[in-house]
Amino acid sequence: MSDTAIRTKRSTKRAMGPYGQVGKIVDELDDRYGIAKVGRVALDKIFPDHWSFMLGEIALYSFVVLIATGIFLALFFVPSAHEIIYHGPYAPLRGQRVSEAYQSTVNISFSVRGGLLIRQMHHWAADIFVGAIIVHMARIFFTGAFRKPRELNWIIGILMLVLAVLEGFIGYSLPDDLISGTGLRIGYSIAESQPFIGSYMTSFLWGGQFPGDGSIIPRFFIIHVLIIPLALLALVSIHLALLVHQKHTQFRGEGRTEHNVVGSPMFPTFMAKTTGFLFMVAAVTALLGAFAQINPIWQFGSYDSSKISYAVQPDWYMGMLDGALRIMPSWEFAGVGHTVPLEVFLPAVVFPTMLITFWLLYPTLERRITGDNELHNLLDRPRDRPKRTAAGVAMFSFMFTLFAASSTDVLANFFHVSLNATLWFFRIAIFVIPAIAAAVTYQLCKEMQGVHGIGKRKRAVIVHRSAQGEYSTVPSAPRPDDEHVELDPEPVPVRIDIEPLSNGADRQPETSPTGVRQVTR
Amino acid sequence: MSDTEHQPSRTRVPMPIAALSDPHIGDAARHPKRVEGLIALVFVASMVLFGISGAAYWQNWSPWIFGGALGGGLFLLGFGLTAWGKYLMPQGPFVEERHTLAKSPAERNALSAALVERTTVVVKRRRMLGGLFAAGAGIMGIVLAFPLLRSLGPVPKDEFDVSQWKAGTVLVDSNGRAIRKDTLVPGGLMTVYPRNQMYIEYGKVTFTDQGLATDQTVLLRLPGGEFTTMPGREGWTPDGYVAYSKVCTHLGCPVGLYEQELELLVCPCHQSMFNIRNGAVPQFGPAPRPLPQLPLGYNDQGYLISTAPYDQPLGPAFFERS
Repeated sequence: MSDTAIRTKRSTKRAMGPYGQVGKIVDELDDRYGIAKVGRVALDKIFPDHWSFMLGEIALYSFVVLIATGIFLALFFVPSAHEIIYHGPYAPLRGQRVSEAYQSTVNISFSVRGGLLIRQMHHWAADIFVGAIIVHMARIFFTGAFRKPRELNWIIGILMLVLAVLEGFIGYSLPDDLISGTGLRIGYSIAESQPFIGSYMTSFLWGGQFPGDGSIIPRFFIIHVLIIPLALLALVSIHLALLVHQKHTQFRGEGRTEHNVVGSPMFPTFMAKTTGFLFMVAAVTALLGAFAQINPIWQFGSYDSSKISYAVQPDWYMGMLDGALRIMPSWEFAGVGHTVPLEVFLPAVVFPTMLITFWLLYPTLERRITGDNELHNLLDRPRDRPKRTAAGVAMFSFMFTLFAASSTDVLANFFHVSLNATLWFFRIAIFVIPAIAAAVTYQLCKEMQGVHGIGKRKRAVIVHRSAQGEYSTVPSAPRPDDEHVELDPEPVPVRIDIEPLSNGADRQPETSPTGVRQVTR
Repeated sequence: MSDTEHQPSRTRVPMPIAALSDPHIGDAARHPKRVEGLIALVFVASMVLFGISGAAYWQNWSPWIFGGALGGGLFLLGFGLTAWGKYLMPQGPFVEERHTLAKSPAERNALSAALVERTTVVVKRRRMLGGLFAAGAGIMGIVLAFPLLRSLGPVPKDEFDVSQWKAGTVLVDSNGRAIRKDTLVPGGLMTVYPRNQMYIEYGKVTFTDQGLATDQTVLLRLPGGEFTTMPGREGWTPDGYVAYSKVCTHLGCPVGLYEQELELLVCPCHQSMFNIRNGAVPQFGPAPRPLPQLPLGYNDQGYLISTAPYDQPLGPAFFERS
């Protein structure tokens, strides 16, 4: 062939076809993996545009931050309970007996360049991670997104929450400082409180009686950096794969049905937004890490089982458990040669187990109660399901009351009331507050259902006063942004036409193919 | 393979296109040019901030400059990208059809049939083999659990939370000093350990884990001389000295707070309060049992000693405790 003799830029380009290098790569990949169809569908995957869908993304992206910062920390942390004398740059600790785990954490903070920031980012990201999971879960609950066919993803979500809380507890126990060591001591006693297996469990895990033979730190380390992260990674993958396979839920709206998804396409719109959001989540952890001190372990000192400090509070997500332990009456069962510390076993083992089981079973329970066995892809407005919303609010107020009960001592000091009164307040409030919250929520939902134009912006009212002093009102004229205007959804276009094509044959009219119909809701 | 069979399409695909003026494609921004300029500025600013954070790292400036600049850069980069996506990219709403995931009844039946009928052939006919295989797998599971149960830690025996306080053990403070009659003034308090758990390492007095975690004891001297905390404990408090286990009977925290006016020991973890004069009976909070009391006396040299071991296991309850 003669034109192969002279290869110019233009001839090479022509040989590539209209899609150039990208087209070539797609051809090669499709030959081997048959990606053409799947890839096209993936690019057009639709993500509903609703702010509440970002909550899960916060959890996902803080997990990314946790992995990135965690890898950095693991390069410097020494998981050892071996005791040495501190000789580092932090003067107040010099000459003190500390564990290697503690010293290496202090070193990460003061001797490793950038280490303090990364450590604080890691801790902040962990707090955000658990918080985002819970808020995301609330969104799923109140909008009914857990209903058939998505029960499994709800269950996976709950399991991830449990793992995240466990991972957080184990993670902040690793530095072996005074506060986390006290937490670990409490954890040991909780595990020991279980009938039959308790003492075996603690002895095996700690390598003997508390504080054990020093195995707990390296064991917690491998659980923290490998076992739970791996489990979380697997569950996150299944969670997202199921989400892609079953497609998103969406709120009711113009053109939205049980049989479609309306929103932005994966590429490029959603890609840009969500990648930007990843950076912003990372930014928030970095800014918190830079400006808000968290867990300054060098002030607490290394763990010493006979020392303790005032206002011992765990990280916030353990607060609920601590509150339950505080308000539980001191009922201990002793008899038939055995002791069961019910004052520990009930609030710290039985109660969380029951709570988690209840959450896991909730989709099934609701289906049993309502008898609703249909597939649901459209979300509920919380006000339209007053009973579920009331139940959810009751659950959240219950958990929040327990959380508040974890600071009885601080509250009593702050408000100058006796500790006894504070405790009894919480013992009663734990039943009363959820009941009141549920009743109020139920009533509010019912009221909101009956309000005309709910969820829409109120229009201003103009009051006129006539010459005779008579008043009259007229609604003001609508302003441009008063009403939510939405276009008809249409399929994602393959090509966006910037320059009008010379050949008008395959050309669409200047307006949208379906014609632009503006819909006012 | 012939060329025609395997010829990827080399011409433009005729598929739906949309014009830029289509509101689904069009800018969500009122002034796209201005938005583009702003986003460009944001990106440039993020670069500057990343540069500053790099310089802060290089020059070892304060962590907050490094972190603040890094966070600011990340935020602006993300903000710019998100704004680009929100204002300058195809907005939609676009629609995608949901395909029913459920298959036809015929296909479901085919799967069910295959499962049920193959199982019948393979398993039910060879019931013995199935049973043996299950037994083998079960035994394997049990055997594989051995290392987990046996190698991780010792089997707890009868020595739960047994203290090393014996009859005649000298009380020492955290610096290893023994205690005399006038060491504490009335109203004073300190933490003491059994001297048999003390050793010197790196030129410093220290205690075994057992001594610190289990045997830690709080020693108080109450005004008013000798008293009796409980019937049967006469003579345990020479000169008003009284000693209780410092390990809380609730969850094992050190009972580290002392309410001097009310003569209460308070656990800072869950606010259990123990009445010192009446045998450390829990007066408030979740602790179920009194703190065990250590009977005190003096030895020949005038040092405080325990005259007998604790009469019960220390710390929180466990199943094997009678």
